[in-house]
Amino acid sequence: MPDLRFEAPGSLADAVKLLVAAEGPARVLAGGTDVVVQMEMDMIEPALLVDIKRIPDMGRIVQEEGGFRIGAAASGMEICEHEALCAAWPGIIDGVKLIGSVQVKGRATITGNLCNASPGADSVPPMVTAGALAHVVGPNGERDVPVEQIPTSPGKTSLGKGELIESFKLPARPKNSGDAYMRFTPRTEMDIAVVGVAVNLTLDEAGVCTAARVALGAVAPTVLLVPECADALIGTKVDDAALAKLAAAASAACQPIDDKRGTKEFRIEGTGVLARRVAQKAYERARANA
Amino acid sequence: MHDILEKSGFNPDANYKVVGTSPIKHDGYDKVTGRAKFSADAFAPGMLVGKVLRSPHPHAIVKSIDTSKAEKLPGVKAVITREDFPEKKAGTGAGDMTRIAMAREKVYWEGHPVAAVAATSERIAKKALKLIEVDYEVLPFVIDEVEAMQPGAPILHDYLRTKGATGADADKPTNIVERSVLKQGDIEKGFAEADVVIERSFDSKPMHQGYIELQSCIANTSDDGQVDLWCCTQAPWVYRDRLTAIMDIDSSKIKIQQSELGGGFGGKTTFYIEPLAVALSRKAKAAVKMTMTRAEVLKGTGPVSGTHAKIKIGAKKDGTIVAAQSELSFQTGPYTGSAFVNAQQAIWTRYDIANVETLCYEVVSNRPKVASFRAPCVPQIIFGAEAVITELAQAIGMDELDFRLKNAVAKGHTTIYGQKFDEIGLIETIEAAKNCDHYKSPVPEGQGRGIACGFWFNRGGETTGTMSLAPDGTVNIILGTADVAGSRMSMAMMAAEEFGIPVDRVRATLADTNALGFNRVTAGSRTTFSSGMVVVNNARQIIGELCSRAAKMWKVPEEGVIFEDGFCRPASSNVGDFEPMSMKEISSKTTYTMGAISAHSEMNVTGAGPGFAVHIVDTEVDKETGFVAVKRYTIVEDAGKMISPIQVEGQLQGAAVQAIGWALNEEYIYGADGRLQNAGFLDYRMPVASDVPMIDTVIVEVPNPKHPYGLRGVGEVPLTPGPAAIGNAIANAIGVRPTSLPMSPPKLLALMKSAKA
Repeated sequence: MPDLRFEAPGSLADAVKLLVAAEGPARVLAGGTDVVVQMEMDMIEPALLVDIKRIPDMGRIVQEEGGFRIGAAASGMEICEHEALCAAWPGIIDGVKLIGSVQVKGRATITGNLCNASPGADSVPPMVTAGALAHVVGPNGERDVPVEQIPTSPGKTSLGKGELIESFKLPARPKNSGDAYMRFTPRTEMDIAVVGVAVNLTLDEAGVCTAARVALGAVAPTVLLVPECADALIGTKVDDAALAKLAAAASAACQPIDDKRGTKEFRIEGTGVLARRVAQKAYERARANA
Repeated sequence: MHDILEKSGFNPDANYKVVGTSPIKHDGYDKVTGRAKFSADAFAPGMLVGKVLRSPHPHAIVKSIDTSKAEKLPGVKAVITREDFPEKKAGTGAGDMTRIAMAREKVYWEGHPVAAVAATSERIAKKALKLIEVDYEVLPFVIDEVEAMQPGAPILHDYLRTKGATGADADKPTNIVERSVLKQGDIEKGFAEADVVIERSFDSKPMHQGYIELQSCIANTSDDGQVDLWCCTQAPWVYRDRLTAIMDIDSSKIKIQQSELGGGFGGKTTFYIEPLAVALSRKAKAAVKMTMTRAEVLKGTGPVSGTHAKIKIGAKKDGTIVAAQSELSFQTGPYTGSAFVNAQQAIWTRYDIANVETLCYEVVSNRPKVASFRAPCVPQIIFGAEAVITELAQAIGMDELDFRLKNAVAKGHTTIYGQKFDEIGLIETIEAAKNCDHYKSPVPEGQGRGIACGFWFNRGGETTGTMSLAPDGTVNIILGTADVAGSRMSMAMMAAEEFGIPVDRVRATLADTNALGFNRVTAGSRTTFSSGMVVVNNARQIIGELCSRAAKMWKVPEEGVIFEDGFCRPASSNVGDFEPMSMKEISSKTTYTMGAISAHSEMNVTGAGPGFAVHIVDTEVDKETGFVAVKRYTIVEDAGKMISPIQVEGQLQGAAVQAIGWALNEEYIYGADGRLQNAGFLDYRMPVASDVPMIDTVIVEVPNPKHPYGLRGVGEVPLTPGPAAIGNAIANAIGVRPTSLPMSPPKLLALMKSAKA
C-alpha cells in the first residue's frame, strides 16, 4: 500500500503537471464525496490526490454567451442557489437537488458526479439533455467534450492521463424551452437512482415541440441519449399519443441489469413511466417559459 | 427488603409532581452538543488499532492460517487467530460463542472473523490483514432457511440433530436445530366449527437493528491478566460472563464500562469485536481499540431472523375465532439462538382462541448469527397473523376493530404458554383506537387504511442498583441496566417523586461490572420497570434511614418521625416541637450519626405487565411504480402509567419508523456467490426523514398493579404490529394482498400486474 500524497496546487497548469507526473493511481479531488468515501471503503487506493479547490475561478458560476459557465469546483448547493441558473435550467437543478443531502451537496460537485462515471448519477442526464460541454484541460492542450462522451463505462472516463475538467458550458436558452429530470428510488431521498430520465424541450408559439433531447440514467452502462425518444416528441404537443410513443421508445432503449438496486423488468417498465412524467413536466415548464 | 415495595403496590389515588411530566433528559445536553462520550470517542495511552480479517466465503473449511508475513510487518504488535482462544466443544453454549467471535474448524458466513491484527496505525493494520494467508476448502452453502431444510441441502454441522424430531428424522444430519409444537384444544374440531377459513403463506427477510453507533471498544489487558474493557453494550455483565466462558478469565479480573449507547435495539446484547480486542491486547501488551465499519456491522453482526409462515385460521359467522394453525420457520444463522419461542407464544396472544397449533422450526444456514431486535421474531410473524385477522373480519363483514374486540383477551385469561393475565389494557387500547381521530376520519381518496394489533410480554429479571445521599442533600443513583433510551432520566424522576424533591436534585449514572452485582441484559422492555423497582426500593430504604437519623438527632422513637416532601417531621405534636429537618440537614451531619446514607437492592424482578398496541396506517401506492407513501400513522398503546410521556412517545414513534423500513425496503440481498451485496446504508434502505410522516400517538394508561408507579415496558410492543398494519394498508390500497416483506416497489408492481392478469 503506497503512502498517500495530497497536493492542492494554485494553478491549473500545476494540477496537470502533478497528474502527469503521478506514479500510481491519481485522483482529482473536488468535493470528495465519492473519492473519500471510496477510499474509506477500500474501493480505491490512490497514491496522489490533487485538490482543485484552491485553483482560482474553479468555483465560478457566470453567465457567458447567453448561457452559463460552471467551474469544476462549484458545489451542488452553490448551483442550487444560483437564481439565474435555476430559472434557465430547472431540469439540471432537479438532478443536482437529488444528489445526497444538503450537507453532501455543500461539498459535492457535478464534475465529480460526472467523472465518478456511475450510470445512476443524477446530474448527468439533465446535463446531457442540456447539451452541456465539458472544458477539458490536459498536457496536450484544451478541448470541449459533450458530457455524454466523458463516462465510457461504470467507473471509467474518456479523460486521458493528466486531463481534468476545468468547467462546463451550458448553451443559451431559446424561448419556450423547458427541461426536467426525475428518478425512481424506493426512498424519497438519500438513495441511488434505479431509473432516471431527463427531457429538454423547445416549443413553437403554438406549443408544438420543435426540438427535444431525452436521456436515460441507470438503465445501461452509461447515460443514454436516445434520439428515438426525441423523435416521439418532435412535431407533437406532447399529447397522450406522443407520450405513449415516448414511453415505448424509452423502454425499448434500456439495456439494464438485475442488481441490488432493481430488476431488469422493473427498470424497463419504470423508464417508460418516468419518461412520460418527465416529458409532461418539461412541457409545462416550456409553456410557462414564454 | 422487598417488604418495602410489597407493602405499597400501585396507588391509583396518588397525585404525582414529577412522574407524568416531561423534563429535559439529564443526558440530553451532551448528546445534542456532541460532548457525550460514545464508544468510539475514547482513547487510551499507547493504544493500538485492531482490525479483523473476515472470510470471503459463506462456507469453507479453514485448512490453515499463515500469519508469519503479517507479524513481520513493522508496526504490527499482535496477530490472533483461533489458536489464541481455548478450545470449547462445538455445539455447546461456549463452543458456539467462541466460534462466532473467531472461526475455528470452518467459516460459516461471509464476514466470519478468521484473524485479527493490532498495529500502531489503521493503515498498517489493514496492510497486515492482506499479508495473512488463509487456505480455505470452499464448501457448498445455503442461505435461505427453507432451502436449508430440504433433503440434500449442504449440512453446516455434522453433529447437529433436530431437537424434538421423532422417528427416522431424530438421528440424521440436518440443519434443523429444533422442531417445536405449542398447542391447545383440538385443531381439527376447531376448523370443523368454522364458517370462514383463511389460509396463506408469508415470508420475511432479516432486519438489522440499524443502530447508528458502530460497535467500538478499547480493551486493556494488564500484564497480570486484568481486563479493562470499554464498549457500547446493552449487557455489560453478560459480556463479562461470556468472556469468562470463552477465554477462561476470572470474572473478578474483568471490568466492563459501558459508553453512551448510540442505539442498540437488541443488537448490542451480544459481543463481536470485544473478545478479539481482549485477546489482541493480551498478546500485544497494550490497549487496543477496535471500531467496526458499517459494512462489517452489516456483514458481521446479527440481524433478526428472516422467516416463512404458513397460517390457517377459521372463525364463525358471529366473529368468534375458533382455530388457528401455523407452521413457522426461522433463520438463526450458523448457530442456535433465534428466540423463535417469542413468536410461537405471541402469534395469537391478543385473542382468546380455543384451538391453536403452532409448529416452529429453527434452522441454521450460512448467514450471520441472528441477534435480538425489538420483540425478537414477533413483528415478522404478526405480519402474517394480523393479515389473516383482517381478512377474516372482511370475509365476515365485521368492522376490523370490533372483530378484534370480540376476540380480545382480558384480565384472568390464561395464555397458551401458561401465563395468567392480571390487569391488561387490550380492550381499552382497541376502544381508544376506535375513538381516535384517525380511525374516525374517512380514508382519503386513492389511499388504503390498515389496522393491526400487537403484543409484547415485557420482562423483568435480575437487577441491582445503589443510591446515595450527598451531604448537600442531593441524590445519586447507580444503575446496573444500560440506558438504551433515556432510562437514567426516568429513574431520576421516580426517585425525585419518592423524595418529594425536584428532579434536578437527582442524577443517575451507569455502573461498571465491578460496582454492582449481576444485571440481566437490558432488553425485553424491562429496564424502566425493573430498575425502577430497584430505585423505588432504594429510595424508600433511604427515607427510612433519614427518619431513623432524625429520630436519633431529636432523641425520639423512630415511629415518631415521618418523611414528607424532602423533610423529616415529627409525626404529631405529641412527639415534640421540632422544626422539619431537610435531607441536607440530616445528610450533612452523618459524621455525628452513623456515617453516609446509602442503599442498595438486588432483585429478581417479576410482575412486568404485558403491553398491547393498535396501529392505524394510511398509505398511497403509485400504481405505475409500486412506490408506497405512508401518509398517516397513529399508534394507540397501553403504557401502564407513563413516567415521562415524551419518552414514551419517542419509543412509539421510533418503532413506527423501524416498522416502515421493515415493511417497505430493508432487506439482505445475497448474490449467487452467497455474499451480501448491500452492506451499507446506501443500499440497505433504512427510511430517511422524508419517508416518514408525522406519527401520532394515543397513549392509554391501564396501570400495572405490580409496579409502584404502574408502568409497563413500552420499548418493544410498538414495533410488533407495524409491518402488519402497513401490509393491511397496502392490501386495501391496491386490492391485492402482499405477503412478502419487504413490500418493495418491484414486488408490488409484479403483484398488481398478476392481479390484473
